[in-house]
Amino acid sequence: MEYLLLIYSNEKAWSAMARPELDAIYGEYHALTESLKASGTYKGGNPLQATSTATTVRVRGGKTLATDGPFAETKEQLGGYYLVDARDLDEALAIAARIPSARMGSIEVRPIQRM
Amino acid sequence: MDLDRLFREESGRILASLIRLVGDFDRAEEAMQEAFAVAAERWPAEGEPARPRSWIIGTARHKALDRLRRERIFASKAPLLVETGARVSDASGAEAPDELPDDRLRLVFTCSHPALPLEARVALTLHTLGGLTTEEIARAFVVPQPTMAQRLVRAKRKIRDAGIPYRVPSRAELPERLEGVLATLYLVFNEGYAATAGDSLVRRDLSVEAIRLARLVVELLPGAREARGLLALMLLTDSRRDARTDARGDLVLLEEQDRRRWDSAAIAEGLALLPGALSGAPPGPYAVEAAIAALHARAASAAETDWRQIAALYGTLQRVRPSPVVALNRAVAVAMAAGPEAGLPLVEELEREGALAGYHLLSAAKADLLRRLGRHAEAAASYREALVLAGNGPERRFLSRRLEEAERAASSAPIAAP
Repeated sequence: MEYLLLIYSNEKAWSAMARPELDAIYGEYHALTESLKASGTYKGGNPLQATSTATTVRVRGGKTLATDGPFAETKEQLGGYYLVDARDLDEALAIAARIPSARMGSIEVRPIQRM
Repeated sequence: MDLDRLFREESGRILASLIRLVGDFDRAEEAMQEAFAVAAERWPAEGEPARPRSWIIGTARHKALDRLRRERIFASKAPLLVETGARVSDASGAEAPDELPDDRLRLVFTCSHPALPLEARVALTLHTLGGLTTEEIARAFVVPQPTMAQRLVRAKRKIRDAGIPYRVPSRAELPERLEGVLATLYLVFNEGYAATAGDSLVRRDLSVEAIRLARLVVELLPGAREARGLLALMLLTDSRRDARTDARGDLVLLEEQDRRRWDSAAIAEGLALLPGALSGAPPGPYAVEAAIAALHARAASAAETDWRQIAALYGTLQRVRPSPVVALNRAVAVAMAAGPEAGLPLVEELEREGALAGYHLLSAAKADLLRRLGRHAEAAASYREALVLAGNGPERRFLSRRLEEAERAASSAPIAAP
């Protein structure tokens, strides 16, 4: 089953981190990605640029409205994702727990809609 | 053969295997109902089979298969994810066995999966393992029947849609997952224990059901000492049920209860479980709570209660699972062991910390200590505070009485000489 693992964490805390700490975390992410690729679970994944670079589009009554910023102001912001093919929810949850940001943020695990 | 009794006693076990075989909660349930219907028709005439449970499972399995074939989704749509070769027929083409020893454990853990909301876990556990109908569960939790039905539907839907697997957690996952199971059972127990004489019979039966399920977990996981601890705690707590309320439904304090009305068989069973529960360090929280309950159960009278040991155990509990409520209970025990003057500073410290703001038992405890110290005016003030916060009838009546006594004592107390 495919799952999208949405990685949420506090951007301010992230940007306040010292370089060595940041490098260590990126190292962990790299290792996790390699591990998921090796096990055949990895289907995709990316870090996202900060919400300051986001633009939100809505079409209402035929009019397109584009506004600066994410769709909603939240305490934790979407910072990245993994798309995985896991045996079941338990396996997806176990992968989510290995994501470095799980320690300071939240990982939402959502099954992909089967058509 | 009393089919109702067979259903009541075995439906959980039957369902546990069928869900694995059929790959879906609803289909398994439907198939089981159909099998029981056939049994109701055939057994009176043909006589009952040598192994009734096996007969039901086998019949249900065939009915489910027939339906799957008819719906032509046999090969395509992914059924409930089941680990290794336990599907209706595995890779080798051999039929999966009807009953596996782990089936009930699979069901226990799946019903309490962390991905399900707490209320859903409770409902699903009672429905599938406990064999309670939607209506019975709704009545027990004082919730409209359609609400409870929806709760169950959503839970089963999530199991299917999110891919919650039907399995026993791995060794590494077991401690955490077991905690979830025990928390579910404890919730069920407390609901039943809080039931009063006026409540429906099913509500009071919840404690019985929780104990039965806890026994099952202990049986299926003999190494799980916290399961033993929880069962001991439930038995020892439940042993006092007949003495807790008087004829009017009013609360009877532990120290005033008629101990002859305590269930000695339950106490014996609870005490026997304790050594196993307390084995290993550090002790689990349920085991410690059970040990405290055991000290009450062992005391032939309130006066003989070993409050020093109880206070020490609350201290242990505070280390093992810290909470302001545990700290309060410890303060009360210290006051019983060493006098109200020893307990009062602890209670006042808790007041200052503020974590128990709005908790009526904090005010009630403080009031009681002040009362015992002869500080009646202050006691009255605390009783008033507790009354503002207290919820249910019996507790309010008790606190009102104490308030009256305190006010009377305060007004008749000699005024200190200037």
